[in-house]
Amino acid sequence: MLKVSAFHALRSVSLESIGISFALLTNNVYSVSTKRCRLRGLQSRTLDVIRLFSSNQHNPKVPKVPTWESVAEEQLPPPTKIPVDLVDKLERLALVDFRTKQGLECLEKAIRFADQLHVVDTSGVEPMDSVLEDRALYLRDDTVTEGDCAEELLKLSKNTVEEYFVAPPGNIPLPKREERAAILRHSEF
Amino acid sequence: MYHRDPQQLVGVVGLEIHAQISSNTKLFSGSSVQFLAPPNSLVSFFDASLPGTLPVLNRRCVEAAVMTGLALNCTINRRSLFDRKHYFYADLPAGYQITQQRRPVAVDGMLTYSVLGGKKRNQVIRKNVHIKQIQLEQDSGKSLHDDVHSQTLIDLNRAGVGLMELVMEPDMSCGEEAAAAVRELQLILQALGTCQGNMSEGQLRVDANVSVHKPGEPLGIRTEVKNINSIRYLARAIDFEIQRQTDVVQRGGTVQNETRAYDSKSGETVAMRDKEGLQDYRFMPEPNLPPLIVFEDNASLPAGIDACQAVVVQTIKEGLPELPSIKRDRLVQLYGILPEHSFTLVNEDGLMEYFEEVMKSTKREPRKVIGWVTNELLGLLKQQELSVSQSPVVPAALAELLELQEAGHISSSVSKQVFQEMWRSPGRTAAQIIREQDLGLVSDAAELHRICQKVVDSHPEEVCAIRSGNKKVLNKLMGLVQKETKGRADPVLVREILEEKTS
Repeated sequence: MLKVSAFHALRSVSLESIGISFALLTNNVYSVSTKRCRLRGLQSRTLDVIRLFSSNQHNPKVPKVPTWESVAEEQLPPPTKIPVDLVDKLERLALVDFRTKQGLECLEKAIRFADQLHVVDTSGVEPMDSVLEDRALYLRDDTVTEGDCAEELLKLSKNTVEEYFVAPPGNIPLPKREERAAILRHSEF
Repeated sequence: MYHRDPQQLVGVVGLEIHAQISSNTKLFSGSSVQFLAPPNSLVSFFDASLPGTLPVLNRRCVEAAVMTGLALNCTINRRSLFDRKHYFYADLPAGYQITQQRRPVAVDGMLTYSVLGGKKRNQVIRKNVHIKQIQLEQDSGKSLHDDVHSQTLIDLNRAGVGLMELVMEPDMSCGEEAAAAVRELQLILQALGTCQGNMSEGQLRVDANVSVHKPGEPLGIRTEVKNINSIRYLARAIDFEIQRQTDVVQRGGTVQNETRAYDSKSGETVAMRDKEGLQDYRFMPEPNLPPLIVFEDNASLPAGIDACQAVVVQTIKEGLPELPSIKRDRLVQLYGILPEHSFTLVNEDGLMEYFEEVMKSTKREPRKVIGWVTNELLGLLKQQELSVSQSPVVPAALAELLELQEAGHISSSVSKQVFQEMWRSPGRTAAQIIREQDLGLVSDAAELHRICQKVVDSHPEEVCAIRSGNKKVLNKLMGLVQKETKGRADPVLVREILEEKTS
């Protein structure tokens, strides 16, 4: 109860003026200790603004507690094992780097998460590509409206030769895993 | 090409044709489409794949695809979808090409073409090629390889231009058939105005899938032949590849599934380097484009729709121009010429117009005129590698020549001579040449009588033979008279006189 009234109070009033010390318990981001409340007004005003952007009242469409249930393992298809050559192939085709075992595990977890979709019965349902697929596709008139900006475009490229973009002579093969690791060792990801 | 021997390997040819749509702007952007322009001057932000840009479909390209589909007896899909085909190459800025792999705009059509066959190659044999689908897709930019500096120069002017990809089933068996099919397709596209079909300018690009097998057995491994820049090279490349594969198989080897390039200088196909095994294009639906809907007829249009937002199949069907096959039939009907003649007329650029122009200015029968156009005129044009529009003899001049022959001023052999002379010195009319070289028919009865009498008197045995029933010998006497008159004697009169004298 106290929590709810605190939310209401925060609509237009700064924390300091309330003079109540409490902890906001929604999640870590919003948890604030009394000490912080007494910090510079700026901070509390910031908090104020964040609160203002959230729904004024609790939106009835949003459940008050999480409602999803994990899908039981038995209902899911067998977990997908990703063979090493598939990883290599994907890395080459999409130019992504799974880097470490952790990256691969992340991928496997993502696939597992998506596996939950198999529980849904889609028999007799037309597959959907996008939520916008029943919109009309706009058809343009065949008149020239753009182009003629070679200079602007070429400025974006580090390397140009006489109004041509410059590329290496053919696709450079993807460096081997060890070489990539060396190249990317200072990357923050 | 017929192979009686069931053990003989036969070729199987399927074509993949990319036809550049003739439109003012590109498929998904408003930049101009032109053949020659300063590098990267016809490129919009979308064509350069800058972030934040989106594709906007050009209605003209949709209409072109529907028109082409209808002309090739395809089923037009009311609802078609766009997909992304991913691969990395410097001339494909987005890293993917927007195409229609799952459900293209037109499917299941037929291209009917003709080859000249038979012993004298004057029999028109009709053949069919099944068209699997016609899809809309983007063209890529152009790469210019600079080996000196070990770099590639990229020009994106062509990136994003609309293409119609026509996929044909492997219904053909040799280079000649493929060449004839492509020629017919070229004529159809040009008649529709959807593609100018110029292979040397890259408006029509043909890749051939070639394999060999024994008839009745499963199809063999196929290779893809690229870099074919003309119809003539297409036939040669395919025939070379069929022969190469036949040799490999007969030696006990296996044909590799690979991509080969045609080298016009050597007439051979060579394996292309830089082919990293089977490509996986990771097709996915294009998320930025909802399905393309075309409407059956005006009645099926939703209420309140803007006319320029609707592509109506019925309207396009009604607006189709005369297709080459119809044109040929019409010529046969109208002029009573043979099918193989009308085939030649339609096949050569401008020849049909030339023929019709001549027919306007002469009263001669079309069957008499057609030979002049398809043999004399075309023969000289081919010999000197000229197009019909470059002919030194214009239709009116030919018509004049034919009129003179019809009126009896010159014999038929002389008229051919005069034609050659007219060709050599354009501007001089037939009448002028006849006058100057005194080639006019000698119809002076007295003169002819004198010459005939001379021949008759000097050939008593022949005269005897004729009198005793062997009429064929008369031709020999006629030949002698013509020799005397340098071919200028009116043959009809000469025959009459000789018959009279030898009766």
